[in-house]
Amino acid sequence: MQPKPFLELMQWGPQGWLDEMVFATVLTLLVAVTGFLFGLVFGMVAAVAKLSESRLSRHIADGYTTVLRGVPDLLVIYLFYFGGSAVVTAIGRMFGAEGFIGLPGFLVGTLAIGIVSGAYQTEVIRGAFLAIPPGEIDAARAFGMSGTALLRRIVGPQVMRYGLPGMGNIWQLVLKESALVAVVGLSVHLSEIRLGDLVVFYETRFSDLLRQAHVAAGSTRQPFVFYITAVTLYLALTTASTWCFRRAEAWATRGMRRV
Amino acid sequence: MLAGVPLTLQLAFSSIALGLGMAIALALIVRAGLRPLSWLAESYVFVFRGTPLLVQIFLVYYGLGQFRPELQEIGLWWFFRSPYYCALLALTLNTAAYGAEIVRGGLQSVPAGQIEAARAFGMSGLTLYRRIVAPIALRQALPAYGNEIILMIKATSLVSTITLMEVTGLAHKLISETFRSFEVFFAAGTIYLLMNFVVTRLIDLAERWIAPDLKRENRVAMVPLDTR
Amino acid sequence: MTFVRLTAIAGALLALCLAPQDVSAQNRKIKVATEGAYAPWNFVNSQGKLEGFELDLGAELCKRAKLDCEFVAQDWDGIMPSLLAKKYDAIMAGMNITPKRMEMINFTAAYAAGPHGFLVLKNSPLAKMPGGEFSLTKDIAGAEKAIEELKPFLKGKVLGVQGSTTNLAWAEKYFKGVAEIREYKTTEQHDLDLSAGRIDAAVDAHSAAKATMESAIGKDMMIAGPAFSGGILGLGVAVGLRKEDNDLKTAFDAAVKSAIADGTIKTLSMKWFKIDMTPKS
Repeated sequence: MQPKPFLELMQWGPQGWLDEMVFATVLTLLVAVTGFLFGLVFGMVAAVAKLSESRLSRHIADGYTTVLRGVPDLLVIYLFYFGGSAVVTAIGRMFGAEGFIGLPGFLVGTLAIGIVSGAYQTEVIRGAFLAIPPGEIDAARAFGMSGTALLRRIVGPQVMRYGLPGMGNIWQLVLKESALVAVVGLSVHLSEIRLGDLVVFYETRFSDLLRQAHVAAGSTRQPFVFYITAVTLYLALTTASTWCFRRAEAWATRGMRRV
Repeated sequence: MLAGVPLTLQLAFSSIALGLGMAIALALIVRAGLRPLSWLAESYVFVFRGTPLLVQIFLVYYGLGQFRPELQEIGLWWFFRSPYYCALLALTLNTAAYGAEIVRGGLQSVPAGQIEAARAFGMSGLTLYRRIVAPIALRQALPAYGNEIILMIKATSLVSTITLMEVTGLAHKLISETFRSFEVFFAAGTIYLLMNFVVTRLIDLAERWIAPDLKRENRVAMVPLDTR
Repeated sequence: MTFVRLTAIAGALLALCLAPQDVSAQNRKIKVATEGAYAPWNFVNSQGKLEGFELDLGAELCKRAKLDCEFVAQDWDGIMPSLLAKKYDAIMAGMNITPKRMEMINFTAAYAAGPHGFLVLKNSPLAKMPGGEFSLTKDIAGAEKAIEELKPFLKGKVLGVQGSTTNLAWAEKYFKGVAEIREYKTTEQHDLDLSAGRIDAAVDAHSAAKATMESAIGKDMMIAGPAFSGGILGLGVAVGLRKEDNDLKTAFDAAVKSAIADGTIKTLSMKWFKIDMTPKS
């Protein structure tokens, strides 16, 4: 077998790898979004804990952010990969998740990313909350606002406004970090699902972008082409999301005085 | 796993040292604004910050490994043959891109008034840089650079994917042999936290030494916003 | 996430539709894990699909054992933990029977066996290593004598081996301190490094080494030195199962025995390996 030229390797369809690489990009995006959302949940919980009066919860949240920000993300992913799948699968089975989707693998990978990115998000959320001038909250209280109204109309929008740039950075981080799941080989496996005569999905396996590059490099023994393609596609993702976050920031800070 | 500590530290500090030199050069080029050069430097930073380090490592190691005959011809193969040098190269190129941004931020923070005042005193060129700009920029950039060192120590874990057995590589081997993921994770995690703790302390000392007059208000926990 | 949720809903509906039916009348559904990076045993083709000797054989064994099998890809380093975590029910991934693995999981009768050795570049000094065939089960002394003769060749050289394999155990037992041993996640990666000249030899099964020699990077490669089998290198490739799944073991054992007896394994082996890898009893 002779090495194949670039265009032959990178064609769309069963003969080439382009379609696989593009689908893999979609999965990478999916992994990153899910991981980011998990992280948002962890981040909010830990931020509330850090801002709370209780010393115990402050200490726990501090421990969480210190450890997760000090330990390599790859190590956390190994922990989840080797140790977590047993736990998650057991939980999955409790809720009757059986067989039809390779969710445990996906869940394990995204949870690991979520836990790591949550540690960073904690600081952003906390910082954004502290940036709200205390006077505004007092003023709102004086108007008789309380509880959810205060959260929804005063605190929520401002945390979003102040936190958005930081969140943009963390999103970039998550996007890049999603590449780490390739090391443990996360892939979403959808097999055939029938509803009467309708076949919803048939035998589709998604791997994330870097993983797909590994697989293709291993299969064709031509690594350079696939890694350089992966670099390009990652760059496209990060560039596109930078643009999106700029738009979002412009929207969130509309009507704000610029200093 | 402790056997992996020297390799981890060695890689982290060599890449930081080499990367810092490159970062300063890049930042100065961007600042000088010479069109084609500054454009190149900016795209370099953009590409290396916009893609995962792990992909960069694979590209350097397996990707360039495909070009052995060409590399042999130009006499660089001895370098790319070794996984250690490949890892060092990828880490250096990566930290240089992040470092360039930090240095640029530091340079930007030098108040224009200070430079004008120095000029008024007849300082110029190198003296101006050496006595006014560099010290102020260094002060400003040091905390962020400390952060970068910690991130690099963490980032070295990725070189275990190209056969280098540093702390994380040994942890992985141990887990896949014993399946005791929790115990191994805690042991390896502790090693990293200890290394980070020592580095943080050293940076703190350096800051006190460089800027003893700076009021050290309760610094808001540094959020490393750039991760690989 | 939308399509995941859609899938989940679809799956739940499916479960409802199927619930009233009698399950015992159908074949039992199981998942079989393979690595997908170990040609020609199992690998991923350009359509992203799994292919190879074990995929063909697996389909055949499952038919005989009256099982509905679905193959899933799983990285080698996590292939045993994930079996224990019930991510799937069986392993067919070129995995050799060893006493150490038997502590964790169960094996069926072996469905293939072949020698292991060194893959080197044709222009390497290692290409001149003496040949021969040695069993570490039947003739340990002879095998170890052959290994001693290899040591002068391998002194200071770099060997590439996949992690957590019998090849690694063998290389570490006999060549630690003689040669530098580098561990790789997949055999594909050490093949790339062999072709790049970063390692002097890859330690692998001859079957896999031959597939590498036929690949895009293989034209300068050759198998050198003696062929070793048995003992620490494993007692044949078999289906890995959880210890408690005795009925699966019974079913697979019978299927393997019948596939050996009627020559199916030989046919498939000739198709994928070009040699007969049927285990000798």
